[in-house]
Amino acid sequence: MKELSLNVLDITHNSITAGAKQIDLTLELTADRIVIRIRDDGCGMDEKMLASVTDPFTTTRTTRRVGMGIPLFKLAAEQSEGYLDIKSRKNEGTEVTAVFNKNHIDCPPLGDMAATVAMLMAAVPEDSDLNYRFETEKGGFSLGTAELREALGGDISLGEPEVQQWIAEHIREQEQSYTC
Amino acid sequence: MKSLEELKALREKMQKQMNVRDAGDDTVRILVGMATCGIAAGARPVMQAFLEEVNKRNLKNVIVQQTGCIGVCRLEPIAEVFVPGEEKVTYVKLKPDMIPRIINDHIVNRNIVSDYTIGAAE
Repeated sequence: MKELSLNVLDITHNSITAGAKQIDLTLELTADRIVIRIRDDGCGMDEKMLASVTDPFTTTRTTRRVGMGIPLFKLAAEQSEGYLDIKSRKNEGTEVTAVFNKNHIDCPPLGDMAATVAMLMAAVPEDSDLNYRFETEKGGFSLGTAELREALGGDISLGEPEVQQWIAEHIREQEQSYTC
Repeated sequence: MKSLEELKALREKMQKQMNVRDAGDDTVRILVGMATCGIAAGARPVMQAFLEEVNKRNLKNVIVQQTGCIGVCRLEPIAEVFVPGEEKVTYVKLKPDMIPRIINDHIVNRNIVSDYTIGAAE
């Protein structure tokens, strides 16, 4: 993975697959750290699964025996002398936290979070919500599928190309106003 | 600065176009593989290129969606195109600059871009 936002796109799909009704994605930027948190109320994992989930030879899929999503995310965090932490309870949900040292030479670039969030919002089922929260030392903002669906009414999907473009541009504008 | 009010205006504009889509049953579906393998190989810019091209050409009967692992990870990024009444076409090893041609030749003019298909790659 070339950018952290690609890992986020990949890992947040796991929350959707877990049948979560509420997914909270948080990006926190400080002077020297990037903290990414993905929390869901999906099906969760039992202790045995949780213990082996960072092993690339653990996967829930049936097409092949490897699962690289979590291992790659963990590798990216550890390369920057950060860490990955996963808390999960069966039938309650999962919380993945990844911490990166922003100034470490091996820290991957954050990349296009706006594109990632827009695509995730298109991927969450109609009866589930995803909320994105962006935080910096100067302040932050939130954007959620609930408010977007309300503004669009029931008949227009968040996956429509024009809507996708609007969401990504909106997030870019907001993020820039807090990072410049 | 963008506001949700702007989104409401967009909704009204789109609702008018939706009625056009509902009238016919010729909606083309494009599925882009977005599992770990696809994403690592560059599926996100490919997906963006599909969305941009559909938007630019104002195509109203095309839906672009994400899907999981299609099964041939070494050929990612992969997209499947479903035209009603026709067999599915699988495009492989996609790059954003290949997308305008797929939209123009296949989606608009209904000529499959054979060079980009899984049949040509294998």
